[in-house]
Amino acid sequence: MGLLKGLKDSISRATDRLFSDEEPKRIGIYGPPNAGKTTLANRIARDWTGDAVGTESHIPHETRRARRKENVEIERNGKTVTIDIVDTPGVTTKVDYEEFTDEMEKDDAVRRSREATEGVAEAMHWLREDVDGVIYVLDSAEDPITQVNTMLIGIIESRDLPVLIFANKIDLDDSSIKRIEDAFPQHQTVPLSAKEGDNMDEVYDNIAEYFG
Amino acid sequence: MPQAKQPDDGDGVQIDLVSGARMDGLTSMEKIRLILDGVHDGNIVILEEGLSPDEESKLIEVTMAEISPDEFNGIEIETYPRSDTRDSSFLGRLVGGDSSNAKLTAIGPANQIETLHKDETLISALVSRN
Repeated sequence: MGLLKGLKDSISRATDRLFSDEEPKRIGIYGPPNAGKTTLANRIARDWTGDAVGTESHIPHETRRARRKENVEIERNGKTVTIDIVDTPGVTTKVDYEEFTDEMEKDDAVRRSREATEGVAEAMHWLREDVDGVIYVLDSAEDPITQVNTMLIGIIESRDLPVLIFANKIDLDDSSIKRIEDAFPQHQTVPLSAKEGDNMDEVYDNIAEYFG
Repeated sequence: MPQAKQPDDGDGVQIDLVSGARMDGLTSMEKIRLILDGVHDGNIVILEEGLSPDEESKLIEVTMAEISPDEFNGIEIETYPRSDTRDSSFLGRLVGGDSSNAKLTAIGPANQIETLHKDETLISALVSRN
């Protein structure tokens, strides 16, 4: 019975999507470098599709190309919300290859920095042209009042895009959710640890409510 | 349009205070060019009224395209959060004019400005000559 019901539900979802006028919304995962964007994208993709999106690393600018995971179906309270998640490179106004020379040879560091600058430009282009909503990821152990965060939230607001702020890394000792809530009181802040999988139920409830 | 006179010696840091009136007549790309040309010369550019969000987005894109190893690492940019901008900003009073949309913005070479402290009402930065 369970198998038949699962098959029936699956066919029903596919039929709904086939005859729906709406394309899945593209939700961009934005934020500064090393906030845990790819870890979050992988967590969401693995939870609902079984696949990962990209490689995670402690070295900044590991993600240097925007990557889209299509048709991620999130089930909440008997409903299914289908979104495309777009993992984007961390946004910054400066890139110095010397940041990477402790971890790699100079040639590789220079190449990484060049790819990182292209990735940031690509992320900005996606934001202006190709996303329908934004998950803004912040490291809750870091000060959220930075120029990049202030500027990006302003850009997102000016485009009238729905935005959720994810206070990531709540597993760290220095984490402060209140600091983020105080910095951006006009937006819903959702605490989580993408790495540990903490509070993911609330994460999915909010994604379904905001972007469904 | 009159251009600023360049300093004769290599000491000191040039600061360009750009009024809203001067920026009003420029297109987005002309504004970005004015900023980045100044920053490439090692100047600190202070805008009385700042940029629109769309212009800020393009500034990031163009800055990224111009980053070059060992030559230009990008920019440091500082503004107050938009909601806390006051009508009677210091620079607004200094240069006069209508500053109702003022968002005082300071931009400089990333390797010459270091932000020491920033909150809703205070930005403290260290400016060096390389």
